[in-house]
Amino acid sequence: MVRIGEILLRAWLLGLGMSLMAGCSDSWNNPYPGSEANANVLYSAFSERPKHLDPARSYSSNEVEFTGQIYEPPLQYHFLKRPYTLIPLTAEAVPKPQYVDAAGHALPDDAPAASIAESVYEISIRPDVRYQPHPAFARDAAGRLRYHALDAAAVAGITGIHDFAHTGTRELVAADYVYQIKRLANPRLSSPIFGLMSEHIVGLKALGEALEKSARDNPDAELKLDDFPLVGAEVVDRHTYRIRIKGKYPQFTYWLAMPFFAPVPWEAEVFYAQAGMADRNLTLDWQPVGTGPYYLAENDPNRRMVLKKNPHFHGETYPADGDAEDRQAGLLADAGKTLPFVEEAVYSLEKETIPYWSKFLQGYYDSSGISSDSFDQAVQFSSGGDPQLTDSMREQDIHLITAVAASLWYVGFNMLDPVVGGLSEDRQKLRQALSIAFDYDEFISIFLNGRGIPAQGPIPPGLFGYVEGVAGLNPYVYEARDGVIQRRSIETARKLLGEAGYPNGRDAKTGAPLVLYFDTMASGPDAKSRLDWMKKQLDKLNVQLVVRGTDYNRFQDKIRKGNAQLFEWGWNADYPDPENFLFLLYGPHKKVGSGGENAANYDNPEFNRLFERMKDMDNGPERQQVIDAMLEIVRRDAPWIFAYYPKSFGLRHGWVHNVKPNLMANNTLKYRRIDPGLREARRDEWNRPVLWPIVLLLAALVAVIAPAVIAWRRHERKTA
Amino acid sequence: MTIHPVILWTDALIFALLAAVLVLVWLIRRQEHLRAPWRVVAQRPMAMGAALVLGVFVSIGLLDSLHYRAQLPDSPADAPQYSVEVLSVFDALVDGLRARQEKTYSAPLAMQLYAKEFVQRDGVTVRDSSRLQHGGAHLAQADARLPDITRRALAGAAQGALASLLVFAGLAVWQARRMQTSPGAWLAAWRGGRLDWPARTVVLMVATMLMLGGVMMQLAAGYHVFGTDKVGQDVLYISLKSIRTGLVIGTLTTLVTLPLAIGFGIAAGYFRGWVDDVIQYVYTVLNSIPGVLLIAAAVLIVQVYIESNPDIFDTAAARADIRLLALCLIMGVTSWTGLARLLRGESLKLRTLDYVEAARAFGVSNARIISRHIFPNVFHLVLIAIVLDFSGLVLAEAVLSYIGVGVDPAMYSWGNMINGARLELAREPVVWWQLGAAFAFMFTLVLAANLFADGVRDAFDPRLGGRR
Amino acid sequence: MLAYILRRLLYAIPILIGVNLLTFTLFFVVNTPDDIARLQLGAKHVTPEAIERWKVEHGYDKPLMLNAAAAGSAQFTDTIFFKHSAAMFVFEFGKGDDGRNIGNEIRTRMGPSLAIALPVFVIGLLVNITFALLMVFFRATYLDLWGVVLCVVLMSISGLFYIIAGQYFIAKLWNLLPISGFAGGIDGIRFILLPVLVGVVAGIGSGSRWYRTIFLEEIGKDYVRTARAKGLGEVRVLFRHVLKNGMIPILTGAVVVLPLLFMGSLITESFFGIPGLGSYTIDAIQAQDFAVVRAMVFLGSFLYIVGLILTDISYSWVDPRVRLQ
Repeated sequence: MVRIGEILLRAWLLGLGMSLMAGCSDSWNNPYPGSEANANVLYSAFSERPKHLDPARSYSSNEVEFTGQIYEPPLQYHFLKRPYTLIPLTAEAVPKPQYVDAAGHALPDDAPAASIAESVYEISIRPDVRYQPHPAFARDAAGRLRYHALDAAAVAGITGIHDFAHTGTRELVAADYVYQIKRLANPRLSSPIFGLMSEHIVGLKALGEALEKSARDNPDAELKLDDFPLVGAEVVDRHTYRIRIKGKYPQFTYWLAMPFFAPVPWEAEVFYAQAGMADRNLTLDWQPVGTGPYYLAENDPNRRMVLKKNPHFHGETYPADGDAEDRQAGLLADAGKTLPFVEEAVYSLEKETIPYWSKFLQGYYDSSGISSDSFDQAVQFSSGGDPQLTDSMREQDIHLITAVAASLWYVGFNMLDPVVGGLSEDRQKLRQALSIAFDYDEFISIFLNGRGIPAQGPIPPGLFGYVEGVAGLNPYVYEARDGVIQRRSIETARKLLGEAGYPNGRDAKTGAPLVLYFDTMASGPDAKSRLDWMKKQLDKLNVQLVVRGTDYNRFQDKIRKGNAQLFEWGWNADYPDPENFLFLLYGPHKKVGSGGENAANYDNPEFNRLFERMKDMDNGPERQQVIDAMLEIVRRDAPWIFAYYPKSFGLRHGWVHNVKPNLMANNTLKYRRIDPGLREARRDEWNRPVLWPIVLLLAALVAVIAPAVIAWRRHERKTA
Repeated sequence: MTIHPVILWTDALIFALLAAVLVLVWLIRRQEHLRAPWRVVAQRPMAMGAALVLGVFVSIGLLDSLHYRAQLPDSPADAPQYSVEVLSVFDALVDGLRARQEKTYSAPLAMQLYAKEFVQRDGVTVRDSSRLQHGGAHLAQADARLPDITRRALAGAAQGALASLLVFAGLAVWQARRMQTSPGAWLAAWRGGRLDWPARTVVLMVATMLMLGGVMMQLAAGYHVFGTDKVGQDVLYISLKSIRTGLVIGTLTTLVTLPLAIGFGIAAGYFRGWVDDVIQYVYTVLNSIPGVLLIAAAVLIVQVYIESNPDIFDTAAARADIRLLALCLIMGVTSWTGLARLLRGESLKLRTLDYVEAARAFGVSNARIISRHIFPNVFHLVLIAIVLDFSGLVLAEAVLSYIGVGVDPAMYSWGNMINGARLELAREPVVWWQLGAAFAFMFTLVLAANLFADGVRDAFDPRLGGRR
Repeated sequence: MLAYILRRLLYAIPILIGVNLLTFTLFFVVNTPDDIARLQLGAKHVTPEAIERWKVEHGYDKPLMLNAAAAGSAQFTDTIFFKHSAAMFVFEFGKGDDGRNIGNEIRTRMGPSLAIALPVFVIGLLVNITFALLMVFFRATYLDLWGVVLCVVLMSISGLFYIIAGQYFIAKLWNLLPISGFAGGIDGIRFILLPVLVGVVAGIGSGSRWYRTIFLEEIGKDYVRTARAKGLGEVRVLFRHVLKNGMIPILTGAVVVLPLLFMGSLITESFFGIPGLGSYTIDAIQAQDFAVVRAMVFLGSFLYIVGLILTDISYSWVDPRVRLQ
């Protein structure tokens, strides 16, 4: 046993020595061991691991962060221009729809919507666009696809995509786009937009049904999409395809800029469908194959994702047409240069805020979104109200980027509820009173540190239909005082509440207090504060609020069944068109009964009529007029408390260039440029280890142990 | 103003538990052999000091368990209407703390908000930290703050010292009369440590707590002693309210554990055979499922139950309370196995003892043997388990709340405070006081519980106690 | 011996079935298959048809426990429970609700979990035994008294505080170690140091106090007095007798947790961004991914049973009087 003790002691000393050695390389806290700080590599983070990288399935923004760089839909948003403008990506030009009537005759562009039976989009793609290197394209000497008939033995030693020795590529053809549109209908993929698109693309619904039947009849067989025709999407020639849309749907071009309409090569699906692939996570859902500027080189969603430059990228140049502001911000310095700039992008998983923020400050992440709680140090406001960075951050040469997101948070009233619902005048007044009481201006300053704009209606800034300034205020909640928009006083709310039949928060007839129920998916560290805040707001009106925090499933269930009373909800724009927000209030899209997105179950016939008119109109004064009328209705009815439009703030270090927030485009990595030399110098400067605590600790240990050792010596001498 | 008393589930259980403890104390006082080990506990300075601290915490917890709904101010007398907000007697006692809310964060003893914000000053918007509505509001100038704080702290300490002197004098007179000596003689014995209980520690402890309490009260009247949180609530108030949550988890969980552990443990050891097999099977199954998963599932089940019966849980307090109760229940169900195993082993040994065998031979019923011979002989194990588990349970609550399967997010608890502090620590300048307060309160309670548990264990388990 | 192990493993089967049944029941009391589908499909544009399709694709379209429509044994086998549970007994965990292969995931995540848990366990054992021996050696002196008090103080601090303080001071303020992250191989050492340090320090309080009790019990025994009477030095007595005999309960007690080290630590892994099984479990609970939760419960209970068997074996190994039967 003495022996064992000795061995253990030695092991301990060895461990200590090794740990010290490990600490002796570059910066001690560098989270990228063995990496070159001066390599042209961008470091960033993701906080939630992506669930789907298949372009037919991925929808959430954290997934699009990757798919956007890898897949190329026919169109993209211009990097610099505002308002958001579509430009071709792999397409030759932005397609103009050709309208045809029921008999198939071409109609002029200004034909009335009612007469249009179909809109036909013909899209020509550029030749010589090539896919990333991938084993699915690898061919042997005889020209046969090398890895398309693998047996179990051949797959046995494979752990990842990089274990295949050979790779190949292929030219992008129009058939790949058509193939992907068919994939949207594949029941095995459960594409989130299939339901929506089957209402628009001719024949997509029928294709879905056919595929489902086939899948049911042969549960084990692969679905061969090429065997199923789709009338709404056809190949015209090698580089041209045609999409047919039911009626008029001007918003469709926006969809063409999303990865849902990116090309997928049939080789990849066949390759991944082979036995044993899915067990190794080798599926299109995890190993994308695209034509974009980057390809996914390392896929470890538990730790890090690495994008590398696609050697076959078709080439694109940095845009030259920005405005004066862009020029001043240095965003045009690289105009005309070949994209992409960054060789490699490393995304690390970072779930906790504290490490994320600390690493950014230490220079280990190149850019960072800032959560509101890191904000006080990061940003201060100048006298004009413009956000600015604090001195300590400016010293670190950190820059701030801001933009208003095309999203909206709101508190919905369930219009089917007997207390808060209904379109009668007293109910309107009740909802208006509550809208005033929920002081979202204060919410923004406490919880978001100013990262939001109090909402005046359902349409966020940057979209057509939004009116800036006093002209666009919500007159039922706000008023203009000396040209400044101010929330109406709480007295107004009390008066409205009294007119609604609840003077001082009591039912005028029975005297019972008005008790309201607020449902929210409360989770996360500041859930408690938020719930407390909600309660505080209605205390002002003497109305009793019971906040019911619940989990996602229960919340969804309540909304679906219409059991909620007040609830919190948000919406992110799919595309920059007011239709994408106003449809949330369209009666036939009610949640209860029809399962649509209208969670408040608001149904005002006049609003519905205007919506049907507005959705097919082209942007212009006439459309603005209709939208204004709709806004007036919805503000008076107040089915929502329009809470706020969130602002997104980003920070970047001085060595990162060409950052302009673009909330529609998701493929902005290719524009990014970094200065690795500067980064290396700064990192060294910011991360010098502080050694005195170690010395102090050792000294303290000695101070504690020394008397003991002395006592022991004395003891030994006595007994010896 | 009338009130409408509200008895939450946990309130009822806590007072049932209190009643049980009182009955137990009464029983123990009557039986000399049961009193002896407690006397040993009472002689340990460390244990007695800890017991005093625990006593303060328990009193706050009990006061906080008397719930009611206040009548709304202008409601008619014949048909009174009550607020939906459930308050407790403790809330009424510290009403000032509860009511004095600021807008958002402020540092301990501060008179300004922590963060700068837009302020309209002479028609210009400037960014500055504005004065608090309550904290330090009585001061005209910022430089008056430090002297004021010092004055209040000194005054509080003096009041505390005075109060403790009074208490001490009363104690001396009472004890002297009891021992039929003069107060002077008692004092001499006290000073020399010649009393049969650790009177010096107790008196010192009481004095410290009274002085601390005095300082707190003085400061809390004019400032936020531990600052305010994100929505401007006083952190001292939040920490004090969290005491009840910690105590409920620590005690009610044991209440669930005990019948299961004692019943199954003794039955398995005493009856052996198939009873033993079944019980062993059950506890191996329960033990082998990671506890977090069981707890998460149980918490979700309660959520479903609440959602499907919204009429029963008409107030936020009732909803939070049932979730707390469920958490205690499930933690009890997952944690009885350890004690049951211990009791099973002990019962296996006990049943082979001569007098038990003899009793059986005489045809004494099993129930009687267990209650007469087995249970009293394993009781000390049960007691030790209770006090040892308590601190572990209080600590577990924090971890569970962090994972998101703990108490209701709207509930005051140290776990929720720590959870919130994750974001606050990523702020700069760091908001540390909420974490600090949670740490201080939790640490005090758990340390006191641990020290007390040590005393109890040493006294009741002669195998471990008599050595050194 | 082999027969004993085999028999114990067979006994494990009813336990594992029970565990499975319990998890299954608990999970589906709260979540209907519809809920699971909705959770996976996201919040936007979800139609009832899409939910039906998802359920068919993932095998959630069958009855939960009993298929009344089927005939014979298919009444039990053509159910969600059977389809999802039977394969686990041959360690085929299938796919998570997110489509990733669970077996694959477990294999890659075991390493990182062990990389933290094993050093914490071994170094913790060493440090605790060292402290306990020191306290025993200086028993009845101020060092012992304050040592015990320090242990109680350390015990009374929540583990969360150790983690938060470690990250804040060591990584953020003093730039000594990376604040979070993980890497394989020799590069990984710098990431492991902080979590291991925190894990060891957090365990010192309860560990050393417990070992101290064990050693004290040992030191009071007759043979130690005899040894001392023979004139053996105190250090000799401590190492040769007390440590040796005290290690028996310590090691046999430690054996039961050894297999569970694979499961990793829930909290530490989330805080330090370690891609191990602990953070996998937490993520699965939060995402309500039933397939993963069930697999982790199964794995956990299996390892627990292995731990019990190992404990029995180690008892018979150190104490020849205990016979395995």
